[in-house]
Amino acid sequence: MALADQAPTGARINPAAAPGRSWIERIPPGWWIAVVVLLAMPMVANNFWLFQVMGWSFILGMIAVSLTFLAGYGGMVSLLQMSIAGLAGYMVAILGPSGTTSISLGLAWWIALPAAFLVAAIFATLSGALAVRTEGIYTIMITLAIAAAFFYFTRQNYTIFNGYSGFNLVLPPRLFGVNWRDPVPFYYLCLGCAALCYGAVVYISRSPFGLALQGVRDNPRRMAALGFNVTAHRVAAHALASVFASVGGILLVWQNAQIAPGTIGIPAAIDILVVAVIGGLRRPLGAFVGAFIYVILQVFSPDVLGVFGFSAERFKLIIGLGFLAVVLFSPDGVLGLWDRWRARRARRVDPLTGAPR
Amino acid sequence: MDKFARNHPVWALVIALLVAVFLWLVLAPWPAELEAAVGRKRIFLNALLGGITLGALYFLVASGFTLIFGLMRIVNLAHGSLFLLGGYIGYEITTYTGSWLLAFPIVFVVVGLLGLAMQRFVFAHMEGEELRQTLVSIGLSVVLADVMLWYWGGQSYTTLAPAFLRGPVELPLISSINPTSGEAIFIRYPSVRVWILVAAIVIGVAMWLVLNRTSLGMLIRAGVDDREMLAASGVRIQLVFLAVFVFGAGLAGMAGVVGGTFQSLSPGEDTRFLLASLVVVIVGGMGSIVGAAIGAAVIGVTEQMGLVYAPTYSVVFTFLIMAAVLAFRPQGLLGAGR
Repeated sequence: MALADQAPTGARINPAAAPGRSWIERIPPGWWIAVVVLLAMPMVANNFWLFQVMGWSFILGMIAVSLTFLAGYGGMVSLLQMSIAGLAGYMVAILGPSGTTSISLGLAWWIALPAAFLVAAIFATLSGALAVRTEGIYTIMITLAIAAAFFYFTRQNYTIFNGYSGFNLVLPPRLFGVNWRDPVPFYYLCLGCAALCYGAVVYISRSPFGLALQGVRDNPRRMAALGFNVTAHRVAAHALASVFASVGGILLVWQNAQIAPGTIGIPAAIDILVVAVIGGLRRPLGAFVGAFIYVILQVFSPDVLGVFGFSAERFKLIIGLGFLAVVLFSPDGVLGLWDRWRARRARRVDPLTGAPR
Repeated sequence: MDKFARNHPVWALVIALLVAVFLWLVLAPWPAELEAAVGRKRIFLNALLGGITLGALYFLVASGFTLIFGLMRIVNLAHGSLFLLGGYIGYEITTYTGSWLLAFPIVFVVVGLLGLAMQRFVFAHMEGEELRQTLVSIGLSVVLADVMLWYWGGQSYTTLAPAFLRGPVELPLISSINPTSGEAIFIRYPSVRVWILVAAIVIGVAMWLVLNRTSLGMLIRAGVDDREMLAASGVRIQLVFLAVFVFGAGLAGMAGVVGGTFQSLSPGEDTRFLLASLVVVIVGGMGSIVGAAIGAAVIGVTEQMGLVYAPTYSVVFTFLIMAAVLAFRPQGLLGAGR
């Protein structure tokens, strides 16, 4: 459990923060720059960049952040998050309008969306209840098996999930007269949802529930002795994480305008783990960083590989090797590398006086 | 068995009745009413035999997986890739040399060496870090899958069985009675599948004997129970680890040759067999060879029966069995309590 052992503590107290300053003044300048860059991006970036690269990064990041939440704070590495996202997406396609009119019910968005969240949460709770009967690596195996069963089920079931072909023409509702699939509105929609998910994860990790969950991760026996219901906390974490995954799943369906069993296959489930681990399981930000790296590699590797005379399909090899390198050399991901670099810089002293710079 | 019958007379009676019904279903010719309700007996027998042979294949893959897990606590999620790699190499060898039997030792050695490298250079460096080992094995499986896709492409391959294994063989199981002449018609079944079943049983029994009757087996069993104690008593446990890992990997490779002969090889088969072995060891119990055998038979028969009688939901049956085992006996049917 090396990865989870060095996982985060919820409340990180910044010693430099003076008690009198309001919370807005305590936000480090790097965050302000990030916010301005993200908000201003549509002014400079083209549609492909906004819709494909950034939109997809946010979506992958949201699904991966649900895994980061479970793995980092709960110590449960679940490979189910893509299935939960996919189920929410499927529910939107089945309950709302889609091109497959024989199955889709075509309900209004204000029924379909909550129902999708609810169904995904029920599925996550039930499978979570199964998964928490085991610990550590067993959880990975069982969630992988459930994810595979769900994948094969959607592929073989034609009455509900429309089998191999799935659903197409699943479009977001035209709210406020905006076509939410246009690049700029979709970019802001994804950005807003991602920011909400990120904020929610950070907030939950500092709430009493989040602190208890981290206690359960570090020492379940002691928490049980203190009177906490260990199993209930773990199952509740699965249910909560399903919300983030569902947001990502629904946005994913709207982005692709279709969903099919391939979306939730085993490679996709493993990709989510790869994204979360590359970014770093220690902090929720890692999921988004990992997703951005993954998407950049996927989108631009054909060009780079072409220069070296390889076929564009070797992208998976690069991702796999990168993942191996991260797991072997920096188990806390890219953000861990960044942290160590900062720590080394902070320790550096002036060579003449010996005083810290 | 005696003790069980005395302690649980009702359960013993129920089990005996079920076994009797099952034996009657298999051995006796079916009356016309039953055939009208369920379908031809030939279909039932074919599904049953198909399930058992599929179970034999699952056992070959899963037994290495469960041994490695039981001894080293490594969940080797690259096990399916070793299976597929063995299958591809076996196909190449069979095509170039024309000898199907030659493929087995070569594949065992080659895939075993790959397993040796994996254990020696990767997993041994992170002993005790179970989650990290699992993640590394996922990374290895992604890389191996892409390298295999690169070399062998996306099409599917089927290894040709040798001449003496081709064609059907008649089994002493009655399929139906010819209504005019009154003579029994026996079931015909591909002989290669029968031989694979026999081979899997031989390998399983041999593994059981090695584990329970030799000093090497004693070391392995001791390692499963308490690794640290065994190392403290002077055994060079890394060598035992290497031996088990090589054997498990080689067995997965040989299973790949078998799988390539009676089914086909294509990208995606690696995850299919990885999942099959996952479910088999979850049902049978981690680290238990007998458990793997029982789990493999149960999952194989369920899958085939499901495919014949309820095609849409065959996966769900497998999954339901796994969920039921997890809910009532989380350590698996024959797993030791953790």
